[in-house]
Amino acid sequence: MGSEPFLRVQNLTKAFGKVLAVMDVSFDLPRGHALGVIGPNGSGKSTLINLITGFVRPTSGKVFFQGRDLAGLAPHQRVNLGMARSFQMARPFYNLPVYKNVVIPVSSPRSRKHMGGEFGDRDEAAIHLLEEVGFERDSAVPFKKAGELPHGYLKRLELARCLALDPDLIILDELFSGMSMSEIAGILPLLEKIKAAGKTLVMVEHRLRELFRVVDSVICLQFGEKIAAGPPQEVMAQKEVAEAYLGAEVTADA
Amino acid sequence: MSRAPTGFRRERIDRGIKVRSDDIFALASLRDLSYLILPRALPVAALLLFPIVGRGISPYWQTVVLSTLVIALLALSWDLLASAGLVSLGQAFFFGLGGYTAGFLNSGLGLSPFLSIPLATLLGAALSTLLLFPLLRLRGIYFGMITFALPLLCMRVVETTGLLGGTEGLSGLTPLPSRTVELYVITLAVLVTAFVFRRLSTSDWGLVYQAIRDNDRAVVAAGFDIQRRKAQVVFLAALPAAFAGAFVTHRYQFVGMPAFALDYSTMPLTAAVIGGPGSFLGALVGAFLLVPLSELMREFGSLRVVVYSAMLLGFTIGLPEGLFRFAARKYGQFERLAPIEEPSHGK
Repeated sequence: MGSEPFLRVQNLTKAFGKVLAVMDVSFDLPRGHALGVIGPNGSGKSTLINLITGFVRPTSGKVFFQGRDLAGLAPHQRVNLGMARSFQMARPFYNLPVYKNVVIPVSSPRSRKHMGGEFGDRDEAAIHLLEEVGFERDSAVPFKKAGELPHGYLKRLELARCLALDPDLIILDELFSGMSMSEIAGILPLLEKIKAAGKTLVMVEHRLRELFRVVDSVICLQFGEKIAAGPPQEVMAQKEVAEAYLGAEVTADA
Repeated sequence: MSRAPTGFRRERIDRGIKVRSDDIFALASLRDLSYLILPRALPVAALLLFPIVGRGISPYWQTVVLSTLVIALLALSWDLLASAGLVSLGQAFFFGLGGYTAGFLNSGLGLSPFLSIPLATLLGAALSTLLLFPLLRLRGIYFGMITFALPLLCMRVVETTGLLGGTEGLSGLTPLPSRTVELYVITLAVLVTAFVFRRLSTSDWGLVYQAIRDNDRAVVAAGFDIQRRKAQVVFLAALPAAFAGAFVTHRYQFVGMPAFALDYSTMPLTAAVIGGPGSFLGALVGAFLLVPLSELMREFGSLRVVVYSAMLLGFTIGLPEGLFRFAARKYGQFERLAPIEEPSHGK
């Protein structure tokens, strides 16, 4: 097998009762690569993410991360190995101020080891991270309750919370959904910067045009099965993909 | 509120004396100083002096104060659990385990109350945590239902197996030396618990629990082992509750099935809700209101429960922040009349 790939997904299968949400999906992801996961609604994209991050246990199949078999590891243990995720539905701590939302991951076991810092330093680190994802530094926004934020800000908060973990692999579940065009335009350079910093990205996304500006390759799921993989333009050119997904999307857009 | 005179409007201002940076405390005057210190120092002084000063009052009201402090401990414990999103409907579980442990240590092993109470506090809390551990995955109402069932379950186990005295309970236990000692022991326990819990809840450690309450999966995604965290908070919360149980066991020189009684679950919950959850001091305020009130209403018998329930309803709907937060907010504000400035027209 040679040197271990950064992330290896091997014959991953998940059945909810009789429904196969993810069926025998395999792929390898080298370090520093950005992968897009596309497919129509209900094709198993989020379940695949939940399987990789450990939030859902697979029926069969394996996940290797940096050469390590993740079987039996709880989600928080995988996070501390360097795997961060965002949620499709933003899950902020509604009653905490925005910057405290970021202090939580900043004070996680992994970040404490990497960044160190005391009580007050973590507030500063959190505000710095918020600035990075586009929160205005000297505004009152970081000190508002997270429950008062508009949706676009919540998605960026999700990204800030991922970055706060100083991860090697970042898995973003529909980061762009609910964001305005200008918000996405603001976040794209950041994603490129994250890539340039050597982080590996997995992005589940419906906004394909924006996605293709970031990712190096995509896999396409349909009914839980991987039906195509490769560089974005090649995958889009495949007939199955067009039938399963892009055809419908294009007509819907028109 | 009366209308402001013409040309004036009522203005509500927060007192701005809590100017505080990292190492500078700015206090303007003795008046401001006392304004800050008195509301903290007076209740503490009153509690600490009561065992001595209170000798003058009837023994009956001394026992009322004791019961109040016992409920206060259980309410503090409830509040810590609630701050982590674990709403307990069964504080009697911790109370009863602490009580029975103390009873066993005293009657079975012959330990003096000064050994059996601290040991029962630790062992009772450890036992509660161990028994609750498999149930910590449950959230919200499901956790509440389980905790509601646990004390009832314990009661029936004691009844049917005849363990630890069965329906008779364990009696003839060693009492504490005197009423003054009793009062001091429980008063110190309440003060220490309130202080430590308040400190913990404002630390990074407490922040994680607020986050768990809001959204536990996002805390997992931040790399925290929430199962372990929840076990920690259950242990900490069980400490004062088990202590209360052990204390009451030695005070009555008896422990039996009533240690798991519903009252020990409902009273702390009601006290914490009336006083205001999340502040710990609210739980104390609630206990000091509720328990003496329930004593005053003793002649109404079980009609008292109707009154608690009505209060619980009233406060949940009318003043969800609770008495303590409400009072603290009002205390920090004052009103004054400010002249209304005529809007200037033109430039």
